[in-house]
Amino acid sequence: MIVLSKTLLEIKNLTTSFRIGEEYYAAVDDVSLELKENEVLAIVGESGSGKSATAFSIMGLHNRAKIEGEITFKGRDIANLPPSKINKIRGKEMSMIFQDPLTALNPLMEIGRQIGEVLLLHNSEMSKAKRREYSIELLDRVGIPRPDRVVDQFPHELSGGMRQRVVIAIAIANKPELLIADEPTTALDVTIQAQILDLIRELKDDLNSGVILITHDLGVVAEMADRVAVMYAGQIVELADVESLFVNPQHPYTKSLLSSVPATEYAQDRLHVIQGIVPSLQNLPREGCRFRSRIPWMDESVHEEDPKLHEISPGHHVRCTCYQHFYFPEESKEEQTNGVT
Amino acid sequence: MALLKVDDLKIHFPIRGGILNRKIDDVRAVDGVSFEVKQGETYGLVGESGSGKTTTGKAIMGLNNITSGDIYFEGTHLNAKKGKKVDVRRDVQMIFQDPYSSLNPRKRVLDIIAEPFRNYEKMTKKEEMFKVQELLEKVGLSSDSVYKYPHEFSGGQRQRIGVARAIALKPKLIIADEPVSALDVSVQAQVLNFLQDIQKDLNLTILFIAHDLGVIKHMCNRIGIMYRGRFVEEGLRDDIFNDPQHIYTKRLVAAIPDVDPRRREEHQSFRAQVKEEYEQSFNDYFDENGLAHSLKPVTDTHKVALPERG
Amino acid sequence: MWKFIVRRLIITMPQIVVLSLFVFILASLMPGDALSGQIDPNISRDAIDEMRERLGMNDPWYIQYKDWVVGAVQGDFGDSFRFKMPVTDLIWGRIINTFWLSLVSVIFIYAIGLPLGIISGRYNDRLIDQVITGYTYLGFATPLFIFALVTLWVFGFHFGWFPTGGSVAPGLEPGSMEYILSKLHHLLLPGLSIALIGVVGTVQYLRSEIIDTKQKDFILLARAKGAPESRVYNRHIFRNSVLPIAAFFGYEITMLISGSVFVERIYSYPGMGNLFIESILLRDYSVVTALVLLFGLAAIIGALLSDIILSIVDPRIRIK
Repeated sequence: MIVLSKTLLEIKNLTTSFRIGEEYYAAVDDVSLELKENEVLAIVGESGSGKSATAFSIMGLHNRAKIEGEITFKGRDIANLPPSKINKIRGKEMSMIFQDPLTALNPLMEIGRQIGEVLLLHNSEMSKAKRREYSIELLDRVGIPRPDRVVDQFPHELSGGMRQRVVIAIAIANKPELLIADEPTTALDVTIQAQILDLIRELKDDLNSGVILITHDLGVVAEMADRVAVMYAGQIVELADVESLFVNPQHPYTKSLLSSVPATEYAQDRLHVIQGIVPSLQNLPREGCRFRSRIPWMDESVHEEDPKLHEISPGHHVRCTCYQHFYFPEESKEEQTNGVT
Repeated sequence: MALLKVDDLKIHFPIRGGILNRKIDDVRAVDGVSFEVKQGETYGLVGESGSGKTTTGKAIMGLNNITSGDIYFEGTHLNAKKGKKVDVRRDVQMIFQDPYSSLNPRKRVLDIIAEPFRNYEKMTKKEEMFKVQELLEKVGLSSDSVYKYPHEFSGGQRQRIGVARAIALKPKLIIADEPVSALDVSVQAQVLNFLQDIQKDLNLTILFIAHDLGVIKHMCNRIGIMYRGRFVEEGLRDDIFNDPQHIYTKRLVAAIPDVDPRRREEHQSFRAQVKEEYEQSFNDYFDENGLAHSLKPVTDTHKVALPERG
Repeated sequence: MWKFIVRRLIITMPQIVVLSLFVFILASLMPGDALSGQIDPNISRDAIDEMRERLGMNDPWYIQYKDWVVGAVQGDFGDSFRFKMPVTDLIWGRIINTFWLSLVSVIFIYAIGLPLGIISGRYNDRLIDQVITGYTYLGFATPLFIFALVTLWVFGFHFGWFPTGGSVAPGLEPGSMEYILSKLHHLLLPGLSIALIGVVGTVQYLRSEIIDTKQKDFILLARAKGAPESRVYNRHIFRNSVLPIAAFFGYEITMLISGSVFVERIYSYPGMGNLFIESILLRDYSVVTALVLLFGLAAIIGALLSDIILSIVDPRIRIK
C-alpha cells in the first residue's frame, strides 16, 4: 500500500472471556489488530474461532463478558466504556450489519421508524418529518425500489435481500467511520450476495469508512478484503494482505481451510478434511500450538512452546513455527495410515 | 432406463383470500419440470430461494401434493391416482439441511437410526442393535454412541447420524436437500467426502439439492438449474460451468465468488457486464410472465430454455 | 384485517348453533317441563294433556327447537321454578353483579400481572425473579376455592376488614355515594382472591415471552444503534412481549366467568355463578339451561375478542 491513510481502530491484546460455571474462559485470546480508513479487514474462521466475539467486543455488545486489553477507536480507548458513553458511539461512529436479515428487524415496527430510531438517538432535534424524508433517501441509497412505499411497510412484507438492505440503511444512517459486517451475506442467495457485497464496497468508498468483515466464506474474503486475519480457537494464526494470504498461505490452518473449499484451484477431487473437531471453549488447549491436535501427523518438535506471531515478510504474520515444516498427509505415502475420521 | 423420471411435474399451492377464504390464485412452486436421474449418478438441482428445488425433492419423497405430472421410480408410477399406492419410501430416503433440528433431541441415536427398520422390518432387539452399530461404523462414528443423544455430537457428526438413518434400509436413491449448507467449511468437506464414499460403497444414486454452486460443481455429474418453478438449463457439469447458454445460468455462475484476489477487478467487471446483459436481454430469455421457456436441446447432453425460433 | 374479522365473525355462527343445539338437548333430557310445579294437582290429566298440546310439547323436536330459539332470542327462557319469576328477570340482576366482579378481577390481574411479569422477565434468574417465580408455582398449586376460603376467613371473619357476603350493604339508596362505595367494598376481597390466583399464568407467560424476546437479533440491532437499555426494554422488548398478552384478554374473560362459580359461592356473592350452583342444587332446570347457554356464549365471544385483538395489534395479520 502506497497511500498512507490514518489508523482508525487499534486493538491491543484483546482478551474476551465468558463465565462458564465458576471460571472464565477466553473466547478471544490476546488479539491485536489494526484497521485504517477505507480499508477492509476480513476476519476469517469457523464457528468457535472467536471472530464474532471479537466484533461484539468492539461494539461493546457482550452482556456478561470480561474484556481485557485496549480497543482504541479514533484515539480513544472504548473497551469497557460505561453504557451511556458507548451508546453515543454505537450507531453513529461505528455500526454493525448482522447475519440474518429475517430476524434482525423488529417485526412490529415500520421500516421507517426503525431507521428513524437510529437518526433520533444521535440527533434528538431532527423532526419526525425530516427523519422520514431522510429514511426514504437512505432506502433509495441502498437500492430499494419505491422507497416512499417501503418506508411505511413492515419487515415481513420484504424479501430477505431487501431486509438486508434495510439493515445496511440503518447501519449507514449516521455515516459511521467504522462498519462491522458479521456474515452479511451468509443467509442470502448468490446473486443477492454479489449485490450486497457491491453495495458495501460502494458505501465504504463513499463514506471513507473502515470495514471489518467477519466471514467463514473464503470466496467473499478474496472478493472484498484488503487484509485478512485468520482466527483459530480464539487466536490470530495468520495475518496478511489478501494477495499474500491466497497466493502464499503459510499457516497449516489457512492451507487446510483453502483446500477444503470445493471447486477452487486449491481443492483436489477429494477435499481435504481437517482431522478432529474444533474444541469447545472449555476444552481449548491453552498451552502450546492450539492447532497441534488437528495435525497429529506432524512431529511434536516442529511446534513452538509458546507460539508467537512471526513476521515472515512485511505485514505477513504467522503463528507458531510449525508452518515451516507443514505438509498434507496425502502428500506422503507412509503417513496415509493415519486414519482420517 | 432412468432410475428416477420426473415428467412435467406441477405443484401449485392455492392462495386463499376474500371473505369466504376461497382459492383466488396459485403459487406455482413447480411449474412443468421434467428430468431423469440415471442409476449411480449424482444429479444436482440448483436454484435460489423460491426456485422450487426443495418442493420438487419433497414431491418425489411424497411429502407434497402433486397438482399434475408423473413421477416414475424404476419404471413404477409413484403418484398413480387409481390402483394401489406404491410404497417406495424404503428405496428413496432423504437427508435434510439442518443437522440440529432434523434429529429428535429426546431420542437416543439407537432409536433415531433404528426407526426406519422398525417401520419396515421385524427385528429382534439384538439384531437391531447389531445393525445400528454396523451403520454407525459405516458412517465413521464409534459404535458405543448408540445410547447418546444428538446434542452430544458436533454438527458434522449429527449430519452423519442423519445419513446413517437414511441408508439404514439400503435405499437406491438419496435426496439430499442442502445437506451441507448449515456446516462450517471443514465439516462440509468431511460430509461431502463421506457422501462420495458411501455412494461408491452402496452404489447409490443421489439427487443433490443445493444453492451453493461450488458444492454442486464438486459433487455432481449432471446439473439442472431452476428458476421460478421451471428449468432454465440442464447439462453435464462442463456444459453448465464452461458453456452456460441461458442468461440466468450465466449470471449465477458469474456470481460465484472467485478465490483469487488478483483477478478481483476482472471478475467484478465481468459480473457487472453479465448483469447488464441480463437486464437488457431479459425479454429474450423469459416469456411475458417472466418465466422460462421450455427446454430445447443444443447438444446431446445440454438443454437450454430458449424461445421458439421462427 | 377487516376480511379477517368478518371471516372470524362468520365462523362464530356455527359455533353458536352447535352450542344452542347442545343446550336444547340438555334441556329436553332434564326431567319435568314448563308445567311442572305450575299447576294445581287437582286438574285432570286430560286438561293437562290439552295444555301440553297447546304449548306445542307434542310437536316434533325441530319445531320445539325453533320455538325455543325464537324464545331465547327474545329473552324468554321460561319461568324459574323456585323464584316463580321469569328467568330473564332473575338472571339480569345477577349478570350485572358478575360483570362488576369480573371487571374488578381483570383490573387486578393486569395491575399485578404486568409489573410482576416484566420484572421477572427483565431480571431473570436473579433473586427477585426467583421470588416471583416461586409465587407463581404456589399460585398454580393452590386451588382457587381453598384460597378464597382462607382469605374470607382471615380478612373477612378474623380481621373483619371486608364484608363476608352479599354485593352491597342493605338499606342504602341505589346510586348514592355510600351505595357505590359499599359495592366496591364487597368486590375487593373476592376480586383480589380471583386475581392473585388467576394472575400466575399471565406472569409466567409474560416472563417467558420477555426472556425469549431478549435473545432476538433485533434487540442486538437496537443496542447496536446506540439505544440505551431503558429504550431497548420499553420500545422493543416489552412492546413485543406484551402484545401476545393482549390477545389473551378474551380468554381471560372466559376463565373469570367459570372461576366466578366457586368464588361467588364462597363469598355468597349474588352473581351468575352462585345462582348456577343454587339452581343445580334445587333442580331449577330452566335457570340452569339459560345459564349454560350464557356461559357458553361468553366463551365463544371471549375467543372471538382474542382473535380480533390479535389481528389489530399484530401487523403480520393486520396487513394482508
